[in-house]
Amino acid sequence: MTIEVRIPTILRTYTNDERAVDAAGDDVRAVIANLESNYEGIAERLVENGEVRRFVNIYVNDEDIRFTGGLETATSDGDTVVILPAVAGGC
Amino acid sequence: MLTISRELHDEIIAHARRDHPDEACGVIAGAIGSDTPTRLIPMLNAAMSPTFYEFDSGDLLRLYRDMDDNDEEPVVIYHSHTGTEAYPSRTDINLASEPGAHYVLVSTRDGAHEAGDVEFRSYRIIDSVVTEEEVRVVERYDH
Repeated sequence: MTIEVRIPTILRTYTNDERAVDAAGDDVRAVIANLESNYEGIAERLVENGEVRRFVNIYVNDEDIRFTGGLETATSDGDTVVILPAVAGGC
Repeated sequence: MLTISRELHDEIIAHARRDHPDEACGVIAGAIGSDTPTRLIPMLNAAMSPTFYEFDSGDLLRLYRDMDDNDEEPVVIYHSHTGTEAYPSRTDINLASEPGAHYVLVSTRDGAHEAGDVEFRSYRIIDSVVTEEEVRVVERYDH
């Protein structure tokens, strides 16, 4: 099983500057665990207290996983996972 | 230093004035590695707030896909403060996630949304360290 995970600039320090890496897992939580096994430290940047961090967006095949079951969103061979940090701020 | 065309500089100010009292936000994309902002994309502030801004997550995905397709990157990420100075807040600093971008802040406080000068400043924000930089407004880019 191969799932392509697209890595944002700010997290490429974990992936030796790779913009996209391959991972495996039958849901997003498993994909992140698989990423962590190859790129130690990356999971903590994505997940907090068992949920996706508030200012991190994760998409499976263009759908924001907040609307499709969060980290339990199913993934399968050929899927694309995109990680994008929120662009946000405030005075 | 940020070098930006007069036209794009003025577009940011017009956007900030239009959305006042809510914070306005957007991106100017440019060719990867060029450090030249060329294509302004005004973004909807999904927070619709005078004190907070956030790109809608669907808009964010489309924005990054379009930039990828065009071999672009976010050269400028801008937003307005509507009641405080044009300096990155603690929240702005904590959430800044594009170390290669120029973070432009404008302020429409004290009636600047209607008349007078709008404060226009630019920063690098890397690992939570803020460095202000000079803004050079040019009539056109040299190349």
